[in-house]
Amino acid sequence: MKPSDFQTVVVDTDLLICGGGMSACGAAFEAAYWAKKNNLKVTVVDKAAMDRSGAVAMGLSAINEYVGYAEGDNTLADYVKYVRQDLMGVSREDLVYDIARHVDSSVHLFEKWGLPIWKDANGKYVHEGRWQVMINGESYKVLVAEAAKNALKELGPLDEILYERIFIVDPLMVDGKCAGAVGFSVRENKFYVFKAKATIALMGGAVHVFRPRSVGEGLGRAWYPPWNSGSSAYFTIMAGAEMTCQEVRFIPVRFKDGYGPVGAWFLLFKSRATNAMGQEYMVERKGELQEYAPYGLAKPIPANLRNWLLLEDVAAGKGPIYMRTEEAIANIAAAYKDDPKAFKKKMKELENEAWEDFLDMTIAQALLWAGSNIQPEEKPSEIAAAEPYFIGSHSGASGAWVCGPEDVMPAEYKKQWEAIGVYNHMTTIPGLFTAGDGAGASSHKFSSGSHAEGRIAGKGAIAYIMDHNTAPKVDDAQIKALRDKILAPLALFEQFGAISSDPDINPNFMKPKMYMFRLQKMMDEYVGGVTANFSTNKSSLDCALGLLTMLKEDSAKLAAQDLHELMRVWENVHRTCIAESHLRHVMFREESRWPGYYFRADFPKMDEVNWKCFVNSVYDAKANKWTMKKVPIVNLPV
Amino acid sequence: MPSYVIMEKCDGCKGQDKTACMYICPNDLMVLDKEKMKGYNRAPEMCWECYNCVKICPQQAIDVRAYADFVPMGASCVPLRGSEDIMWTVKFRSGQVKRFKFPIRTTAEGQAVPLGGFATGTDDLKSPVLCTEPASTWAKELPTLKK
Repeated sequence: MKPSDFQTVVVDTDLLICGGGMSACGAAFEAAYWAKKNNLKVTVVDKAAMDRSGAVAMGLSAINEYVGYAEGDNTLADYVKYVRQDLMGVSREDLVYDIARHVDSSVHLFEKWGLPIWKDANGKYVHEGRWQVMINGESYKVLVAEAAKNALKELGPLDEILYERIFIVDPLMVDGKCAGAVGFSVRENKFYVFKAKATIALMGGAVHVFRPRSVGEGLGRAWYPPWNSGSSAYFTIMAGAEMTCQEVRFIPVRFKDGYGPVGAWFLLFKSRATNAMGQEYMVERKGELQEYAPYGLAKPIPANLRNWLLLEDVAAGKGPIYMRTEEAIANIAAAYKDDPKAFKKKMKELENEAWEDFLDMTIAQALLWAGSNIQPEEKPSEIAAAEPYFIGSHSGASGAWVCGPEDVMPAEYKKQWEAIGVYNHMTTIPGLFTAGDGAGASSHKFSSGSHAEGRIAGKGAIAYIMDHNTAPKVDDAQIKALRDKILAPLALFEQFGAISSDPDINPNFMKPKMYMFRLQKMMDEYVGGVTANFSTNKSSLDCALGLLTMLKEDSAKLAAQDLHELMRVWENVHRTCIAESHLRHVMFREESRWPGYYFRADFPKMDEVNWKCFVNSVYDAKANKWTMKKVPIVNLPV
Repeated sequence: MPSYVIMEKCDGCKGQDKTACMYICPNDLMVLDKEKMKGYNRAPEMCWECYNCVKICPQQAIDVRAYADFVPMGASCVPLRGSEDIMWTVKFRSGQVKRFKFPIRTTAEGQAVPLGGFATGTDDLKSPVLCTEPASTWAKELPTLKK
């Protein structure tokens, strides 16, 4: 397979949506409505099949953001304060507010589309926690994709709108504006050029930047899916967009190895977590939360601080940490001790809920329990911190710095967009939008908020197109250069592959799998991965930067022998970019604000005076230069 | 290994240009071996065990053998996904079997109506009100900050 075998396909469109997950489905749904009204063309490009694309591919057992403001359950201000608190004061409150005022709308649509949401006797949604509603979510993604596709069909035949199995590599840039994207098919020898008046980058967060705990067959068993390779971040960084909170990775605490959800056990079963000595770290180490006031002293305690107390126990040799399932069930039994029939009924109900929690979203955890003969009423099960992920939609915050809603965005933020146009969820690059894991500092949007945010970006992008309705003029030489670069790994294998007995071992090139392991090893050991107990310091970061610089040079020697491997090449180039961005943000912020996500051992304290701010960065691809800056946080008057 | 194809049951989706498992795998792992006319997982160590290939296979020719680097042998989770619900048969290493049935959707397949019956509220592209709002928020109007 060689580059000359490839046909170049050019697609001209108005709005280009890259991605197929929750936010892309939201964007497609909303944009289709406004595009039809304004006679515009929409094109959606997904590296997988939209029915099961993105982080919700397997399903989910709960919707984690539902505000219920119309019924007076909570207010939008409550949600803004909750996110402010969980992220240690660092959030774009205008974005959080905006997502929160639209998220109920998305959830109500999901229900109309056919998602079974649990209801109580009064017809109210059943909550797992204050913001979480319980669902039978095996087909959550299928339904959301179906509605998006049905909306797109209003614009014309779906096969002329939705392009599946196309991997987007790079943004197409013209005069500092985003003019579309380029990529290739993983099924046919075709190089694709999508020219667009506006582009929304919705290709998810990143996994496998850090070495996972399991490195054999279980390499793929990350908590977040292994196909999320940092493509949104790469796209916006390479376009020159300003990024924010790239240091705020996320590390979930889950059942060990299977990474099954713990929410049902903590919230529904009221289970405790204890260490090897039977001590409860959340009680024993409570005093340490003083150091993180005011965030550490309010309820709920931020996720990263709960992690931190657990990690300290593990570092002190007090692991394993156990979810005390046997105790939780014994407590329920005690509550029903006079009514064995009611107890049996209650237990049957809880058993179903516990197993559905796994089977809807982490089937591997069900397999692990079945393979280990786990009977939760008999003995506790181990929980552990997973490896670091980049997921701005959860309790991490990494992503692009985007324009907020005109009616809510503080003037201090707004002035940045006044020169290029105030369009909701546009990045600092004209014509380039993002949402979901692609948009930073707007944590706790989860699946439902990502959908709502995709809708916001979809409408914002159509508004931009109506004000800038001219097709971009893309130079043929630029397209040829991108095509040569993107297909080069095939040429490299074609040229040198035959000289070695082993297709993977060759002095002239390296394959993406070992390249990925090289990245994971340096990130794990020097940038605060699992084996470094999530700690790092300036010297370690300098080591990592040296290794990363050579890795980046060697990315020019990546080889691929088929289309699948070519995708792996570019996925790992994308991972390298988010890795470098992360490293530079961690290096710049000289404090430890989210100690349960990463700990700067050389700056072990949280520093409210100097670092209660955003860290933003811009990469100049031509000059290979990063510019870092502090940006003040503006609180909403809530 | 994650997902593997049961040779006896796989019919290669009868020689169509793509098999169901190739169509659905979010990580592009399933491939059709055109000589044997059988599908296979080309990189089991990149498998998330999402079971989408297992659920979609018309021949029930795909199963998952749990990750061998940390799961003791002998378990299986077998889904049977219908148009309204999914049945799971969970087999333990000990031989114990548990069965579960969960609903998956309340509408007929393919029938998700985009606007969901909600009225549209504005024609203004510059307004923060999205296409089904305010009706779909259940509030009378979309909230904003009082400035």
